[in-house]
Amino acid sequence: MTIEVALRHTQGRFTLDAAFEVKLGGITALFGPSGAGKTTIVNAIAGLIRPQSGRIAIDGEVVLDTATGVFIPAGLRRTGCVFQDARLFPHLSVENNLRFGWRRARVRADLAQFSEIVELLGLSPLLARKPARLSGGEKSRVALGRALLASPRLLLLDEPLSALDAARKADIFPYLERLRDLHRLPMIYVTHSTEEVSRLADQIIVLQDGRVAGHGTVFELLSDPALGALVPSHGAVFPARILEHRGDGLTVLAFDGGVLLVPHLDRLAGTTLRVRLRADDIMLACEAPRAVSANNVLPAQIVSVLARHGAHADIGLRCGNVKLVARITRSSLERLGFAGGQHVFAIVKSVTVDPQLGASQDHAP
Amino acid sequence: MLTAAESEALFLSLRVSLAAVIWVLPLALALAVLTRHAFPGRSLVEGIVHLPLALPPVVVGFLLLMTFGTREPVGAWLLAHLGIRFAFNWTGAALAAGVITFPFQYRAIRLSLQAQNPGLDEAAETLGAGPIDRFVNLTLPLALPGIVAGAITAFAASLGEFGAIITFVSSIPGETRTLPLAIYSALQQPGGEIEAARLAGLSVALALIGVMLAGFADRRMRAALGA
Repeated sequence: MTIEVALRHTQGRFTLDAAFEVKLGGITALFGPSGAGKTTIVNAIAGLIRPQSGRIAIDGEVVLDTATGVFIPAGLRRTGCVFQDARLFPHLSVENNLRFGWRRARVRADLAQFSEIVELLGLSPLLARKPARLSGGEKSRVALGRALLASPRLLLLDEPLSALDAARKADIFPYLERLRDLHRLPMIYVTHSTEEVSRLADQIIVLQDGRVAGHGTVFELLSDPALGALVPSHGAVFPARILEHRGDGLTVLAFDGGVLLVPHLDRLAGTTLRVRLRADDIMLACEAPRAVSANNVLPAQIVSVLARHGAHADIGLRCGNVKLVARITRSSLERLGFAGGQHVFAIVKSVTVDPQLGASQDHAP
Repeated sequence: MLTAAESEALFLSLRVSLAAVIWVLPLALALAVLTRHAFPGRSLVEGIVHLPLALPPVVVGFLLLMTFGTREPVGAWLLAHLGIRFAFNWTGAALAAGVITFPFQYRAIRLSLQAQNPGLDEAAETLGAGPIDRFVNLTLPLALPGIVAGAITAFAASLGEFGAIITFVSSIPGETRTLPLAIYSALQQPGGEIEAARLAGLSVALALIGVMLAGFADRRMRAALGA
């Protein structure tokens, strides 16, 4: 499924002028600071606003074209929406909230699918409750279930987790990951959180000041130092495969540039996972360190040096075919004189492993 | 316990007030829905709706008499073609009480519509609900507490309406003499204070029951919305 979006919309002093064409698969993140125009874009895709000019086509079907006067109403677009504030109907029980879209769907999910989604999102104990008696995390899950049960062809999630604290967010991530990996429903996920992007997204569209500032897969974009200003506390994200479980309690992961040792992972050898290396968690050494506590020291080559305002500099690295970013202080940069092409050693202080790789890698046709 | 005249005044009051609430409710609801969005002339419409709050009830009664009296054009036409007669009829009392309490119902409904999160309507739209569907299944149930609160206030205010009723349809025992009018008539007679006091006691009891019912209904509806 592809989506083509070209929009021009002025609201007060803000002008959105964004165009992209994306092959949707898994989760596509619309990423950018608040005020970048992310919500305006998803509202236009959903049909909740009429942009001043533009064209949107979902899977080849034109749902908006101001040049020819096409505007398909929101209810007929089959785009499910999950809003930041959940927007559950307060007078209906959870069950009737879930049934609201299900009953009205043109292509209605059967009862087995209904129970499947209820199970997947862990909603059965909540069915009889009114929304006012749900926690924030439960509300998000119900909103997700309600949107899914309307059988959309595309799911739009507008900062669905931003109202939740870190612990509640961590509760919801597995549900979203399961959806991403089990259902082949494409999702557009609006967020300004790097954590959510690097954990969930397969592709990223970076927005800034109403324009598309970058576009690519999560593996390419998150290790692009040029986007460091837009993507705060960034790092590299790449796929890795479990090679073996060692007797000393460590698991060996192979990636396209070497191996990483991580604490034991309860997964079968051969499983592909998503690995994140935060820029702040990589130190650089000019020579191979001989006595160091870190398990992971990767030989790498410097591809870019980008001094930031403030005390930091981002060093782009290539390790095999994987791009990494290390954030060091400018004083270290001056002291050690790093330059493009130089061979160095990346000392990895910590590795984050996400349970699943993502739909685009698992299921892409 | 109650004399025939007293229970007559009591049940007439209840009948007049109930009728006043019922005929006004759909109109107030429709008007509240229509004035939700701005249009040219909205403030004029709102001004006219609120007029009975600002006018002396006697003036309202007088204007009704000038419009619906059997010798006035509108009143004569209604009588000749539809057989509807407001003058000196209990329906006239209900009409007068309804006009006076129209703003109470309108305001309560209008406020509850304004308090609704427009995001819920958007959510329903993305779930495939059309405009009428959304109105019936979302807007109306969410406005219900406001509708009921407005109806109860209007009912209570109708029970107490005096000036508009006595001016428009006079004080005819069994036809238009509601409790407040009966109290007034009792006081007009020598030694009628005791009768007036009994009727006043009845009014107090009625008001108390009404207020308690209103509180009960409000709590039930809030609980239903989980607030």
